[in-house]
Amino acid sequence: MLRLEPRPQASRAMIYLSPLLALLLTLGSGFVIFRLLGVDAGQALYAFFIQPLSDGYGVSELLVKAVPLVLIGVGLAVGFRANVWNIGAEGQLAMGAVFAGGLAIWVPEESGVWVLPAMLLLGMLGGMLWAAIPALLRTRYNANEILTSLMLSYVALLFLSYLVHGPWRDPEGFNFPESKLFAASATLPILLDGTRLHLGLPIAMAVVAGVWVMLARTLVGFQVRVVGASPRAAQFAGFRERAMIWFALLLAGALAGLAGMIEVAGPIGQLVPQVSPGYGFTAIIVAFVGRLHPAGVTAAGLLLALSYLGGENLQIEMGLPQAVTGVFQGMLLFYLLACDVMIHYRVRIGRPRVIEGARR
Amino acid sequence: MTAHDRTPCLELRQVVKAFPGCLANDRVDLRVMPGEIHALLGENGAGKSTLVKMIFGLLRPDAGQLRWQGEPVRIDSPARARTLGIGMVFQHFSLFEALTVQENIALGMGNPPPMAQLEQQIRAVEARYGLPLDPKRAVHSLSVGEKQRIEIVRCLLQNPRLLIMDEPTSVLTPQEAERLFVTLRQLRAEGCSILYISHKLDEVRQLCDAATILRGGRNVGRCKPADETAASMAALMVGEAVVPVSAHPALERGAVRLALCGISRRAVDALAVTLEQVDLAVHGGEIVGIAGVAGNGQSELLAVLCGEWRCRADAVLLNGSGVGHLGPHQRRQRGLCIVPEERLGHGSVAEMSLRDNALLSGYSRQPFLRRGFVRTAAVGDFARAVIERFDVRCSGFDAAAGSLSGGNLQKFIVGREVHQAPDVLVIAQPTWGVDAGAAALIHRALLALAAQGTAVLVLSQDLDELLLISHRIGAICGGRLSPLYPRQQLGVEEVGLLMTGTALETAGVLLPGDRAPEVAHAAP
Repeated sequence: MLRLEPRPQASRAMIYLSPLLALLLTLGSGFVIFRLLGVDAGQALYAFFIQPLSDGYGVSELLVKAVPLVLIGVGLAVGFRANVWNIGAEGQLAMGAVFAGGLAIWVPEESGVWVLPAMLLLGMLGGMLWAAIPALLRTRYNANEILTSLMLSYVALLFLSYLVHGPWRDPEGFNFPESKLFAASATLPILLDGTRLHLGLPIAMAVVAGVWVMLARTLVGFQVRVVGASPRAAQFAGFRERAMIWFALLLAGALAGLAGMIEVAGPIGQLVPQVSPGYGFTAIIVAFVGRLHPAGVTAAGLLLALSYLGGENLQIEMGLPQAVTGVFQGMLLFYLLACDVMIHYRVRIGRPRVIEGARR
Repeated sequence: MTAHDRTPCLELRQVVKAFPGCLANDRVDLRVMPGEIHALLGENGAGKSTLVKMIFGLLRPDAGQLRWQGEPVRIDSPARARTLGIGMVFQHFSLFEALTVQENIALGMGNPPPMAQLEQQIRAVEARYGLPLDPKRAVHSLSVGEKQRIEIVRCLLQNPRLLIMDEPTSVLTPQEAERLFVTLRQLRAEGCSILYISHKLDEVRQLCDAATILRGGRNVGRCKPADETAASMAALMVGEAVVPVSAHPALERGAVRLALCGISRRAVDALAVTLEQVDLAVHGGEIVGIAGVAGNGQSELLAVLCGEWRCRADAVLLNGSGVGHLGPHQRRQRGLCIVPEERLGHGSVAEMSLRDNALLSGYSRQPFLRRGFVRTAAVGDFARAVIERFDVRCSGFDAAAGSLSGGNLQKFIVGREVHQAPDVLVIAQPTWGVDAGAAALIHRALLALAAQGTAVLVLSQDLDELLLISHRIGAICGGRLSPLYPRQQLGVEEVGLLMTGTALETAGVLLPGDRAPEVAHAAP
């Protein structure tokens, strides 16, 4: 019989090495899977991990994809640290896109510079409103936010789909389920000519820096850390758990909404049924691989962004299905969690013994 | 009992056990003779727990030898220890509250006999050793003393040759402790050896035939407790003479600073206690002690006091104004500081540094914040001041709270609140599991704080401590608080009665009138 026994002391170094270990295991498993599929595994891994970054354009695309992942990941990481499990960032992103996109559709073609900041705020507001629902349900009725936030995601995605199929569909769009293209004043400026790299990058960097400072230097960040580490001590200190739930959900919602605004006002430039290839869900992996720290989340965001690029590239180069992206993301999270279990527990084989007082 | 010619029941020779970064046992010798009650003494962190865990098979020694009845043995599991005839009663019981006494005992056995037969056995053991306990009762309805009896019966069913008891009286009333001593003496008379771990030196002197003293993982002495004084044994444990707290200074009682007015609070679940009409007034300058066996409403009372449970504003008065509706932060700002019972996970966050833990409760009263930002340097200065003033042994304020020994962490947590010079300090179990040196320091700090005019409320299970530092004493039992009596009117016996909910007036111990002038009613 296999059993898990807690280790007396988890190695600190291993806690930080765990993501790297998980990445190595993912690579190894990917190698085996490609072999089983009968393709050249070496070439496939090259096409997945290396080739997308072989030119400047590839790197710029990596950054474009990393921006929403990092933005959402940072917000989720703050919540996860405080034991608030917001799984619905995908929906909050969609609502951010709806709120910001709604403005972009209704403003006249030639509008002032106020449009973009207004869209930014509206995007954040949309995400916050959507995150406020699980926050209310949790603090008022003690409903588990994992379930409510996840289910609300699908509601938001269907709402967006309804809008672009119905009232907000472009009248001149040949019946495609898309809104009209946003005007230049409602589109994020491009930073580098010849790429799609847009103003979202500095915004994301500023957010990462801001959250880092908040966690390390402010009382709010301290509260997040205490609530996560020891809820009883937080009570003793007088930190209010409800306020923390509201804060964590609204922050993550605002950042997910911001990511949604950046996607529609940046690379996409209009409202479409699918504004995100699952960034909201992938960001959960980003937060955990990044060890819930802003710096780590940034690195993990880049890694997971690469998994999107790699999947697309494999499709083009070797005709493999796009699902490879999901497989690699799933494996990465799976191995990370497995590594974390192994860091905190050791596997024992044999019959369990009754050990009284062993926790002492 | 001085049979040097006899084979020791258990002998440890030069036993070594190292953990990463710490040598817990360094060539420790221990010899327990048959039919001997042998005390194992030492400060927290001296290596007592490690040593008994090796004897009970929970840990394996790195070097050295264990001999059982003269033969070298390897004890690699508690099951093995039990087959040899070693039983252990832990300080913290491992019982399932929802199950009956009998079911709990069956669960702890390797292959229990049929229930009816087991019940017979349990009743037989209980009758023989005078441990009354109904095997069919649910554990959650039992007192702590009764729960301990389950653990003892569980051991005795295995006919042990050696019984290890880890601080058994820390949860008992004096009367319950006396009853336990009777049982232990009977076991000794029948030839069973007992390894007795305790901090209470008076009871060790009263009960034990021999003592082995550990300090910093090493043997520092063996003695016959009856020939020693509590002070001389304490000096051996600590390595220096412990200055006991002197008789408390004359009480200069000021105005009422903290008052509870008719607090009633229904239990939140089956394991909690309902508070009934708790009234209490603590004056500036005095130390009020509340005795009581654990689980009689102390945690509930503490939750009411610190604001984790809110109530009517005027049910809790702080300096005369109602604060019942306020949370811990606002109460702290108004001058009420708290030291909770659990050091780790309640009073401090184990994985955070001492500096962060200073911020944990210091942010309310100290200038630690500027526009929401933490003034790290100010917090560091405060933490350093606490560490210095209260002699907290640590590598600096960056040390994680969980890395400190119990006594040092307690000094830090008590120091963190005392250093803020609050108007009212409520402190639960100030010296629970803390070594003699740290305990004396904490007691002195509390007395000094009261002398400055602070109202101090101490909730403790340690009667000696309460009798030592309190000006007035009451007890909590089943969620009811007894009247407070001046210290001079009370001895251990009287407080023991209060702890069982007996009114002293009906027991004929005292004349009614706790509000009578203290001098007039001073005990002869």
